[in-house]
Amino acid sequence: MSLTASLSSILAPLPATLADAASATIKPAVASPDLSWAGLILLLPAISAVLCGLCAARGVKGKLPGVITALSLLGAFALTLMLYMRCPTDAPRTIHLFDWVSFAWGSGAAEGAKWTSFLAPFSLYVDSLTLLWMLFVTGLGSLIAIYATEYMESDVGKGYARFFGAVSIFLFAMGSLVMGGNLILLYLGWEGVGLASYLLIGYYYSKPSAVAAAKKAFIVNRIGDLGLALGIFLIWVNYGTVEYDALFQAVTASTDSLNDGSEWTKAAIPYCLMLGAFGKSAQFPLYVWLPDAMEGPTPVSALIHAATMVTAGIYLIARTYPLFQLDPGALTVVATIGCITALLAATIGMAQYDIKRVMAYSTVSQLGYMFLGLGVGTTFGAVYHVFTHAFFKALLFLCCGAIMHGMAGQLDLRKMSGLRNVKGFGIISWTFLIGCLCLAGFPFTAGFFSKDSIIAQAFGSGNDRFVLLGWIAVFTAFLTAYYTFRVWFRVCGGPTKYEPGDELHGHGGDDHGHGHGHGHGADDGHGHGGEWHPHGPRLAINGVLLLICLGAILAAVPAYLGGPHQENNWVMKMVSHSSAVGGIPAHDHGASHGADAHAHHALSFTGIADVHTATSVVASVAGILGIAIAAFFHLFNRKAADGLRQTLLSNSLTRWLPIAMENKWYVDEIYHATLRVPARALGHIFEFFDKSVIDGVFVDGGARIPAGLARVFQPLYNGVLQGYAWTMAFGVALIAAWVFWLWLQGGAA
Amino acid sequence: MIASPFSSANPSLLLNSSMHAILPSSAELSTPALLASSDAATVNIALLVSALLFACGLVGFLSRRNMIIMFLCTELMFQAAALAMIAFGKVHGDLSGQVFVIFILTVAAAEAALALGLVVLLYRRRETLDSEAWSELREA
Repeated sequence: MSLTASLSSILAPLPATLADAASATIKPAVASPDLSWAGLILLLPAISAVLCGLCAARGVKGKLPGVITALSLLGAFALTLMLYMRCPTDAPRTIHLFDWVSFAWGSGAAEGAKWTSFLAPFSLYVDSLTLLWMLFVTGLGSLIAIYATEYMESDVGKGYARFFGAVSIFLFAMGSLVMGGNLILLYLGWEGVGLASYLLIGYYYSKPSAVAAAKKAFIVNRIGDLGLALGIFLIWVNYGTVEYDALFQAVTASTDSLNDGSEWTKAAIPYCLMLGAFGKSAQFPLYVWLPDAMEGPTPVSALIHAATMVTAGIYLIARTYPLFQLDPGALTVVATIGCITALLAATIGMAQYDIKRVMAYSTVSQLGYMFLGLGVGTTFGAVYHVFTHAFFKALLFLCCGAIMHGMAGQLDLRKMSGLRNVKGFGIISWTFLIGCLCLAGFPFTAGFFSKDSIIAQAFGSGNDRFVLLGWIAVFTAFLTAYYTFRVWFRVCGGPTKYEPGDELHGHGGDDHGHGHGHGHGADDGHGHGGEWHPHGPRLAINGVLLLICLGAILAAVPAYLGGPHQENNWVMKMVSHSSAVGGIPAHDHGASHGADAHAHHALSFTGIADVHTATSVVASVAGILGIAIAAFFHLFNRKAADGLRQTLLSNSLTRWLPIAMENKWYVDEIYHATLRVPARALGHIFEFFDKSVIDGVFVDGGARIPAGLARVFQPLYNGVLQGYAWTMAFGVALIAAWVFWLWLQGGAA
Repeated sequence: MIASPFSSANPSLLLNSSMHAILPSSAELSTPALLASSDAATVNIALLVSALLFACGLVGFLSRRNMIIMFLCTELMFQAAALAMIAFGKVHGDLSGQVFVIFILTVAAAEAALALGLVVLLYRRRETLDSEAWSELREA
């Protein structure tokens, strides 16, 4: 705290040009020891993880680990709600829990002097951005844990405790990532969620594809984490602190001495942080791990790989937005990468047949939208899209999981049809529809408002490049609507027809193809008399689906109450009281500015003066067009879809399009050829050097010297007692002869 | 007693000083001996007998394979050493040589009991007293 105080005391008066933005600066944090009970939000999942570990060690056979986890997460959610109620939003609060990393050195370790100490206490930094994130992380975490108690029931006694232990670790790590008061604590959480993700993707560890996917996720994330680590190092080098509060004050203070080009280390900070965010949030070129991560159990896909962990990159950039504002070039890169990812993932998602993979690519695509929002300068749009996406994407994944659970692992949209009429699948089908409408940006759903606030900012920014990105985003919205409803019309619409997946063993319809030794033959023989029926989910799954569906619908409410420029939107208020305040579009700062930006915006051809309304109209048309085309090809005239594919394939000019899209643009293959093959070749060279030179010459060669020497004396050790006696007698005789010789020498002298 | 010559920089110097009595240097042979001539003859005979006994023991140990005979031969060498000690005690006019022999006899008795016990055990294992039956530790 002394560091904070002295840094704010040296805070220079703001330059005149920044006077307008002065209202948007981040207030110094207030230490609030009275809120230290908020540490329980982290402690509860940690305790739950330990208890699940004990359950696994004791071989508990029952749903106890699931109950423990669900209860502790509900407790954490209740505490977060309480924190939201009690914590004032006038300024960020810091809650010091205990000293964690604390170094001081140098002779003049003066109070608060730069580079004489490294402080990273275990403290929480609570502002409205933290609260927003923690509310949906713990809320959705609790609901998905409840869903998983039923979903994972076929693994009770085997992997059940392991699963919930990893989920608890995840929630603890995500909590410290979001609530941590410094970048070191964020890094701890960042790695912790990576670990939990690795453990859960590789949950079915006897399945080679799951193990490969887990390793891929871990290794690709390492590349991003390197960027994050370098970013933290550079922040410390340049600002002398890793604590948010002191950092934001230092950044604000040093705004004037910027862009002089001399301090490249300072200029590199946003790019390094960006790399970390792109790795964790699956952006091009590091997005390849997320689709493969669908090898994990579906609740994990919903919680970690759709709703919470993958938004950590958005959180990182929103949290350190003051650093990004220093460099508009960095924000342009963020916007461009986000837009490229959104388009690329959407085109891949169009051509996948595995419904979980479609959802995975749509997650990558929607994350791209969020980065586009951050880049074009609307942290509100990005965070609002994170918020709505968390609900509807979790809902979509949970629906996919429920279908898979009931259909013995079937995920191929060509092999299921008309599930809305199958007994027990009604709730799934209709909640699935709500999720699809949100994802497609159907007018007046939550996804519509959040996506439009991003695209509108791109059009209204007055930057030609951003306008181009905005058009790409509109086109992507069209593709999104198409591929989303392609899934729904295929799986839930049309005539009722289905075939089970490859996990046809009694009622044990759990995740696809895990090898825990279910005897397929033994289970097939009884229970169903040889005939298979899909089984609908029970209370835990249906209830959670309905609750999250309600959440997905209600996520639109803040937008309805938001007023013309969303200034009363709850999410807008939350963002504008946080460190991401710099990314709030300045509509209400001055009428002249607003009129100027709105009069000649890129969508003026529509005849609508307000850029938001114009965007809504254009995006709605795109979304509805996408749904209509999907309805034509996948509901009314399914033969036409195959016909179109055949037409494209038969023409040599368009042949590449469906092939490349179905093969994910060969990105994995390109990485294989350009990175993995050279790395492997290099590995073989090193292995050869190691075996022939290091081992052959130095190690084995060195060992050959004593071995050769030993061969000289080996005959002495012939194992016969007399032999040893002879050796000894000969030695004694030799010594006697030597003494005698010395005696003769002495006589001569 | 002959332990230290190797560590000395000049072994002959050390021999000349500390082993003066035992191994008089060839240069000192002309000077008068410590003992009277008759006593010197007795000592010489005792040393000669000791050397012969030791040689007998050594030859027996090296040429025989029967473990009991080999053990007897080691006893023979032992007694040769004891005899040499008495002889040197005489040279120095000191009783500690004889005191040592008493101790050696005691230790030898205990050691004999132990060694014969071992021989019996070894015999039970292989049904033979041939020492060549025990050569597991051979390297060549």
